[in-house]
Amino acid sequence: MQQRFPTRVLALALALALVVLALPPPAAAQDEVQVFRGAYVVPIAVPPIESGVVVVRDGSIVEVGGPEVATPAGAVEHDLSGQWLMPGIVDSHSHVGSASGGDRSSPLHPDVRSLDSIDIASDGFWRARAGGITTVNVMPGSGHLMSGQTTYLKLRDGGRTIEDWLFCDDPATDVCGGMKMANGTNSMSGPPFPGTRARSAALVRGLYHEAQAWLEREGAGADRDEPDSRDLRMEGLAEVLAGERIVQHHTHRHNDIATVLRLREEFGFRVVIQHGTESWKLADEIAAAGVPVSITFIDAPGGKEETLDWSLEIGAILEQAGVDVAFNTDDFITDSRLLLRGAAIAVRNGMSRDAALEALTLAPARMLGLEDRIGSLEAGKDADLVVLSGDPFSVYTKVEQTWVEGRQIFDRSNPEHRRYAVGGHNVYRLSAEEEAALRELLAGEGL
Amino acid sequence: MSRRRTRQARAPLPALVVALAVALVGSLAPAASGQVAVRAETLHTVSGPVMEDAVVIAGADGAIDWVGPAADADIPAGVEVLEAAVVTPGLVDAHSVVGLAGALNSNVGPVRDQDQLDRSAPIQPELRAIDAYDAAETLVEWVRSYGVTTLHTGHGPGALISGQTMIVKPRGSNTDEAVIVPARMLAATLGNAVTSNFDSPGTSSKGVAMLRGALIGAQAYQEQARRAASGGPDDPQPPAPDLAKEALVRVLDGELSLLVTANTATEIAAALRLQREFGFDLVLDGAAESYLLLDEIREAGVPVVVHPPMSRVRNASFETAGMLAEAGIPFAIQTGFEDYVPKTRVLLWEAAIAAANGLGREGALEAVTLGAARILGIDDRVGSIEVGKDADLVLYDGDPFEYTSHVCGVVIESEVFSRECR
Repeated sequence: MQQRFPTRVLALALALALVVLALPPPAAAQDEVQVFRGAYVVPIAVPPIESGVVVVRDGSIVEVGGPEVATPAGAVEHDLSGQWLMPGIVDSHSHVGSASGGDRSSPLHPDVRSLDSIDIASDGFWRARAGGITTVNVMPGSGHLMSGQTTYLKLRDGGRTIEDWLFCDDPATDVCGGMKMANGTNSMSGPPFPGTRARSAALVRGLYHEAQAWLEREGAGADRDEPDSRDLRMEGLAEVLAGERIVQHHTHRHNDIATVLRLREEFGFRVVIQHGTESWKLADEIAAAGVPVSITFIDAPGGKEETLDWSLEIGAILEQAGVDVAFNTDDFITDSRLLLRGAAIAVRNGMSRDAALEALTLAPARMLGLEDRIGSLEAGKDADLVVLSGDPFSVYTKVEQTWVEGRQIFDRSNPEHRRYAVGGHNVYRLSAEEEAALRELLAGEGL
Repeated sequence: MSRRRTRQARAPLPALVVALAVALVGSLAPAASGQVAVRAETLHTVSGPVMEDAVVIAGADGAIDWVGPAADADIPAGVEVLEAAVVTPGLVDAHSVVGLAGALNSNVGPVRDQDQLDRSAPIQPELRAIDAYDAAETLVEWVRSYGVTTLHTGHGPGALISGQTMIVKPRGSNTDEAVIVPARMLAATLGNAVTSNFDSPGTSSKGVAMLRGALIGAQAYQEQARRAASGGPDDPQPPAPDLAKEALVRVLDGELSLLVTANTATEIAAALRLQREFGFDLVLDGAAESYLLLDEIREAGVPVVVHPPMSRVRNASFETAGMLAEAGIPFAIQTGFEDYVPKTRVLLWEAAIAAANGLGREGALEAVTLGAARILGIDDRVGSIEVGKDADLVLYDGDPFEYTSHVCGVVIESEVFSRECR
């Protein structure tokens, strides 16, 4: 043993050295100062700046200002004259990466983490990059009352495992996403699933009462070093009850939305209304509750009974009522490359341009509890940027570049990247797993 | 008229005053005959050059009476004049299932509204679109409000032959008021889109074999009927009437086109091969991978009704329409795609994606007006703003394809269907 030990250490050292050599060199771009100069800058939190300048160091924004901002010595300068620059787009509801959630054994899976299933190599993430999206809330489906934990992802350059894209440090202990819930027809089916709306609500209330009792018994700081006291289901729910894990709630009809507000009132969790097709009918109630709405923008009413009363005025009505509004893709339901389009059609139907821009950036960042890091161009925030050829609400405008934390993840002038922007032969390949996940998403649940 | 006179005869003074007032208001209001004029800052006739500050006078018979510079326009007194920044011909959706497919998207229960595909047999050419179209369907009004004035709709993809298609104007409360061509094409589909719906065909090649068999059966039926009709002593009895074969004979005779949904290059090549064998009038539908076979499609002289640019067909490209245009292949853009929720429904926004991805504004406008009308064989009637054609017009407050522009008026055969911007 003792004799072999040094050999082992040597081998280990050699292996480590090889690993270090094999790693890509630390990107110069991340260490040095970069200056994005000359674009029409839309910082979101403050009014737009003509010929604006954004200074980035170590992946963070250090300064945002007008042409008077100087370029520090040795900085790399990017000339963006004639283009638009805005914060990276935040998609608060997506299924790219074909994440799975709970199985059919139960309608409630608070312990199931989508992050354990996401395919980081999925071509679907290219749709997001090409659409200017830098942060994605990857959700499990809506076929359960609670299908599992969602995952907040930053589409950083060169990810190899999902850990490289998380916002949290340690998935074993940290909150790394939200909690997906659903009501209405998608989550109703045969036993053990609920067959009615009232039964759906009763099952959810029962679970939260169980979690409250568990918290009462174990205390808020339940010891994660004590295996005996561990309960993955209850821990997930405790995070929800503490407001640390935000409920991302699929819901369409006005009565289902009212149920969500009622559950929130009873249990005090933070919740985002996802889809919210009929939220325009309850705009005042939703505003009074301070609950935000993340809208999946579709072109026509219907597709199923719950979406017959879809209104293209939804953005305007919610904005006027004072509701925080975001737009999402629900990709594969709508295309990540076209998220700007939904916001533009909302502007066509009376929403203000400012609110629609915020609905793509800072508003969804708030809905994920990430507004301190992303969603606007401000000193101290992550350098997540989108360069556009023009007005984001024009159909003729192209996403030219997408940057995450100071590194470029999409460049339309690169033919390898451009093909993901337009599509074509064998551009978007589907793995067998993805194909199966999509079939389930589209046939079983849809929107 | 006679009733009013009777009333007048008996009426005391107040009723007379009312009658007089009604008559006066009548003469001031838009002509009951249905005449209307449209003045455009920019008029896209599509068949001719773009005109600035132009007027279109839509006649009482539903046809265009006059087109020209506003300065020369002689608008009859009392005719309502609509004004808009931009005016185009009414849009022609080259393939849809709206009216057979409804907004509810339900295949079960008392409110089922999916009549575009019957799965009981893979070849059913006898199914007529006119027997299923619902003129009152919500989606009919929806597509009209976004500028569609002519709709090629009917049986959809998903069977080797799912049935017939028809051409309607999205108006009226029943099919008779809507229809302009009761049977235009037979809807056929090749490949996996069929095999997933039926036990047999279970493969693509089996599907082609079954289609060939059906067409050969129709040839034999046609031949037997011809020989029976010639009346010689050795001639056979006429065949027993067969609705399916009758419909296929109409395809062989060129009366109906065969609209073949073929998305992969393999499926497109198979469709071209069938066309060479049987000589029918082929229209390619979907054609996601048409960019791989541009030369073959052009040489075959076959038009393409390309899938909606935003549909999620595998290997789709936003640039396909632009590539077809550059290759000189006649094509049109459609909205028909039912594979996912939500559906592609608004022709303007589909054409917009093509316009912004290589096709350009003029090309995209032609693809949803005159280009579509030509493929449908109704370009003598719709698709451009010319004297004598149907007075189908769409009014906008800006570039029709911009998301932030609005459709501010829709006119079908001189009847104004909407005046509000949306």
